[in-house]
Amino acid sequence: MSSPESSPYKATEAAEHTETRKTEWPLWEIFIRGQHGLSHRHVGSLHAADAEMAIKNARDVYTRRNEGVSIWAVEASAIAASSPEEKGALYEPANDKVYRHPTFFDIPDEVGAM
Amino acid sequence: MYAQMIKSTGQGVKSLDEMEPQERAFQERIDAGGKIEPKDWMPDGYRKNLIRQIGQHAHSEIVGQLPEGNWITRAPTLERKAILLAKVQDEAGHGLYLYCAAETLGVTRDDLTRDLLSGKMKYSSIFNYPTLTWADMGAVGWLVDGAAIMNQVPLQRTSYGPYARAMVRICKEESFHQRQGFDIMMKMAKGTDAQRKMAQDALNRFWGPALMMFGPSDAESVHSAQSMAWKIKMNSNDELRQKFVDQTAPQAEYLGLTIPDETCKLNEETGHYDFAQPDWDEFFDVLKGNGPCNTERLEARNKAWDDGRWVREGLLAHAAKKRSAKMAAE
Repeated sequence: MSSPESSPYKATEAAEHTETRKTEWPLWEIFIRGQHGLSHRHVGSLHAADAEMAIKNARDVYTRRNEGVSIWAVEASAIAASSPEEKGALYEPANDKVYRHPTFFDIPDEVGAM
Repeated sequence: MYAQMIKSTGQGVKSLDEMEPQERAFQERIDAGGKIEPKDWMPDGYRKNLIRQIGQHAHSEIVGQLPEGNWITRAPTLERKAILLAKVQDEAGHGLYLYCAAETLGVTRDDLTRDLLSGKMKYSSIFNYPTLTWADMGAVGWLVDGAAIMNQVPLQRTSYGPYARAMVRICKEESFHQRQGFDIMMKMAKGTDAQRKMAQDALNRFWGPALMMFGPSDAESVHSAQSMAWKIKMNSNDELRQKFVDQTAPQAEYLGLTIPDETCKLNEETGHYDFAQPDWDEFFDVLKGNGPCNTERLEARNKAWDDGRWVREGLLAHAAKKRSAKMAAE
């Protein structure tokens, strides 16, 4: 087992591999849309030589019990992601705008449901 | 369990006061029930421990296909064959979910595979026992998957996000595995004399090894204490083993089968079943590589890896060729 690095990783949940071996298939992140009109949701990842195989493998690995009607496969290295260290600065602008939430406004009871 | 005897730093659990601020924040997040995600800071020991534990769990799912795969071509009916195939396919899936989770910690799939094949990483001791008759398919589903569920249900709340999410998926599917096993046992236990004998024989052989799956008592273990502080282990081995016996003993009674342990009976005072410890010398011997099937299992995995090499490399070459043809066309 290679000793894992403790540095934060570049992109997705999957760690960046320092030495990509020729024999290792690339990693794909899999997104599945369920039956009920929801959007695609990340379900996990898998290895595949190309996109076509990634979708076939995703069918076998992630939809054995009718979990989905649509599959997206995205090569993990193509995903950009925010990093946890930026959390403060990234989301801070939302924190001081409490008026964006409907509960900020008091509506008298006699007005009824709004 | 599927992950047995996982060693941590061995230094004992630090108190919050002894920790540097970064580690203290990490521990406090876990104490508060928060999740650790792949890109978050984590102590090196936590990362290494998780790689060992998740890796061993994944290997167990993969190697666990072998004793059951053994019966696919000999299943008694077409329906049983289809069910067993689906079950074994699920085990492959479980292995893949877990490898994915381990990979988020900075280890590659090939690294993990190589360490399994070389014997450096272990898999659960239970899969080093042979499956001699069709009744063993019942016993494996009922007892082995039953024991696995005991451990996996609480792990859905483990502190590491990707591991917890993999466990949620696995638990959803695991109940099918246990029930199909019990269904086989019911059929055989209520069948002819020969079938009942076969079912009893399977229980006799798998009872001890199933109890061993939880690992030896870890009440005194510093490794377990650290893993529990990190919430990558949720219950002590003895606690889970007791729960398993309490659940399984009445089921055996329902089947009209006898647990091969004369001391196994309900203790009115404690409300729990008393039972005898399995043969721990045998357990350590199996871990060392001396179980009935250790050599066969590793040989099978090595052969699959070696025989599949040209496929892995061929498909990669084909993908590269297609990519460059597409680029040339653009």
